[in-house]
Amino acid sequence: MRCHLIDTLPQIGGQLSEIYPQKPIYDIPGYPEIKAQELVERLIEQIAPFDPGFTLGERVESLEKQEDGSFIVGTNDGTTIHCQVVVIAGGLGCFEPRKPEIQGLLDFEGKGVEYMVKKPENFRDKRVVLAGGGDSALDWTIFLADIAERVTLIHRGDTFRGAPDSAEKVHELANNGKIDLILQSNLLSVNGNGSLKEVSFVGRDQVTRTIQTDYLIPLFGLSPKLGPIAGWGLNIDKSAILVDTFDYSTNVDRIYAIGDINTYPGKLKLILCGFHEAALMVQSAFKYVYPDQKLSFKYTTVYGVNAF
Amino acid sequence: MINITIEDRNGEQQPVEVPEGISLSLMEVLKASDYNILATCGGMALCATCHVQVLKGLDDLPEAGNQEMDMLDILPDAGFDSRLACQIRITENLNGMIFRIRGDEH
Repeated sequence: MRCHLIDTLPQIGGQLSEIYPQKPIYDIPGYPEIKAQELVERLIEQIAPFDPGFTLGERVESLEKQEDGSFIVGTNDGTTIHCQVVVIAGGLGCFEPRKPEIQGLLDFEGKGVEYMVKKPENFRDKRVVLAGGGDSALDWTIFLADIAERVTLIHRGDTFRGAPDSAEKVHELANNGKIDLILQSNLLSVNGNGSLKEVSFVGRDQVTRTIQTDYLIPLFGLSPKLGPIAGWGLNIDKSAILVDTFDYSTNVDRIYAIGDINTYPGKLKLILCGFHEAALMVQSAFKYVYPDQKLSFKYTTVYGVNAF
Repeated sequence: MINITIEDRNGEQQPVEVPEGISLSLMEVLKASDYNILATCGGMALCATCHVQVLKGLDDLPEAGNQEMDMLDILPDAGFDSRLACQIRITENLNGMIFRIRGDEH
């Protein structure tokens, strides 16, 4: 069977490469200790003979079932892949911007409230309020200071823990009157009339203040969400896909789920268990890919690697 | 037994008993007690989905480490009494403390 991997991240490896590449793992059979990224590299080496395809940096948005039972998988970038079986190994899900719980926020999404800076030019000569205290809040404040008419940064704390150079630069911009820096304050509400007009926040003195703005960009990191997966008709329990442990199939024919994204009685979120789930899944998926063939179970010690 | 009190998102407080000498974090105890928290990253202080407020006992907890402080810093609703439950080890020190669950739900 041929395999094609689609991942929203720009590299393969999921959490291991993205979140904790340098952390040692101690419970991989055969490796008393191995760094997460090193394990990913070994796995890439091990799958190389099977010549898998990769679509990276794109998120799967749609699954269209065809008359013959196969699927056409579509991404946000317009890539489509025709396949007989879909295996969701989505881990934690998609990381999406964390939204602060403030009044009116959702009403102005796309009408002045943005969670990322896709095109800085959109903010040229506009009034922009950024909120947050992490690296991205600092970086975008510095960047937009030259583009926007006025930049205001609202931060809950009184110091920044981000890169010291960036924090220093933000303070310098504020001291020179290039930006407005509002510390020890929390967003309270947003208001407008069709589009965003003003942002209110409350300081430690409990006084509410309001400023006029064209844009609000809350930058509070990312939080994992199921994303489009939630809309594919799969049985979900607590943000995980319910599967049958016979073959890790979901309630939808030809869709399987393996690894941290699935759940079943006794589920353990271990890399080791993900391997087991994958082995049973492929045995089951074979019947859809080669409906006319009988699958005979073979050991690599007897037959070697059946490469492409 | 170590006795702590947990306040859920509805404001309801319940006592939770934890045996002494177990090597667990508060996050793991909350999950084992069927509280609805995501705790996505599994305890590495990388996702901030096990955010708790320490209503009683804050000063008796060991200080937050760098990684935990970094994560708390990006949370929009964190306060001076915020901690990540995954970074709080269960010890006898926790006796009598009260925690309010704040992190993302499933």
